[in-house]
Amino acid sequence: MFRNLFVAAVLAALCAGLVTSAFQAWRVTPLIFAAESFEGGEAHSHGDDAAHSHEAGTPVHSHGDDEWMPQDGFERTAYTVLANLLMAAGYALVLGAVSVLFNLPITFNNGLLWGLGAFAAFSLAPALGLPPGMPGMPVADTLARQLWWAGAAVSTGAALVIAAKFRAGWALAVAAALIILPHLIAAPVAPDEPTGVPPRMTAEFVSAVLFNGALFFTVLGLAFGWVNDRLAARSVAIPEGAPA
Amino acid sequence: MNTTAVSTSIPSLTLSQRLIAGALALMLGLVLLVGTGFAGDYRLHNGAHDTRHAMGFPCH
Repeated sequence: MFRNLFVAAVLAALCAGLVTSAFQAWRVTPLIFAAESFEGGEAHSHGDDAAHSHEAGTPVHSHGDDEWMPQDGFERTAYTVLANLLMAAGYALVLGAVSVLFNLPITFNNGLLWGLGAFAAFSLAPALGLPPGMPGMPVADTLARQLWWAGAAVSTGAALVIAAKFRAGWALAVAAALIILPHLIAAPVAPDEPTGVPPRMTAEFVSAVLFNGALFFTVLGLAFGWVNDRLAARSVAIPEGAPA
Repeated sequence: MNTTAVSTSIPSLTLSQRLIAGALALMLGLVLLVGTGFAGDYRLHNGAHDTRHAMGFPCH
């Protein structure tokens, strides 16, 4: 049982993680790199940044003096793809856990709903209180933001599970309350400090992150459902072939 | 009846099987999410930096 769940989650995460990595490389990370040039103090010279021809192994930019960070270029991209895959596996396992615990199967037919639900819980709801931010923008205390983010995600996710599990009037009322609740608890507000990041770039980034979330979770839900359908069909077929 | 394949496999699980598998998956999934999206350790933060920003996690 856990093996099937694990296999489906890992395969779905592989699909969604690679798709989001491609989209990020196209529309998101270029904005992050551009914003980093506005980040305080340690501005890098743009000539060096633009040219990706530092194969010689000379450390071109080290941000903090002693803090490890991946080198710009291949290493940084590789770490981002790895982090995307691990994050995708995390989300896939959480979705799989919800599916198994509440007996709400993920199939290819309802995979789009699962994906959109996860997008609502993990992207849309947190973004309403904490708009996705780029490097170089003023932010509130990190722990306070993380707590609010997680609270909004869990509350919205619980609302969707309750609505899906108990299709009754009271369940919809509870779900609506749980969706609104986090937004009545004010999210930490960023200090009103000047930033060099241009407003147009900020708007582009928020759109790109929300699109990225929708794409990621949609692929995750559909792929998860597709693999589940295949595994279920196979486990039905096994008794006819050889007793495993 | 396009859920036939699923409904033949899911109900065969007992409640305790579902609870164990679900709890294991939930714990492993949360460890991965906290590690990539929330952990304060600077190596995890810097390695997953662009992922955090791209997925809308609260970052520095």
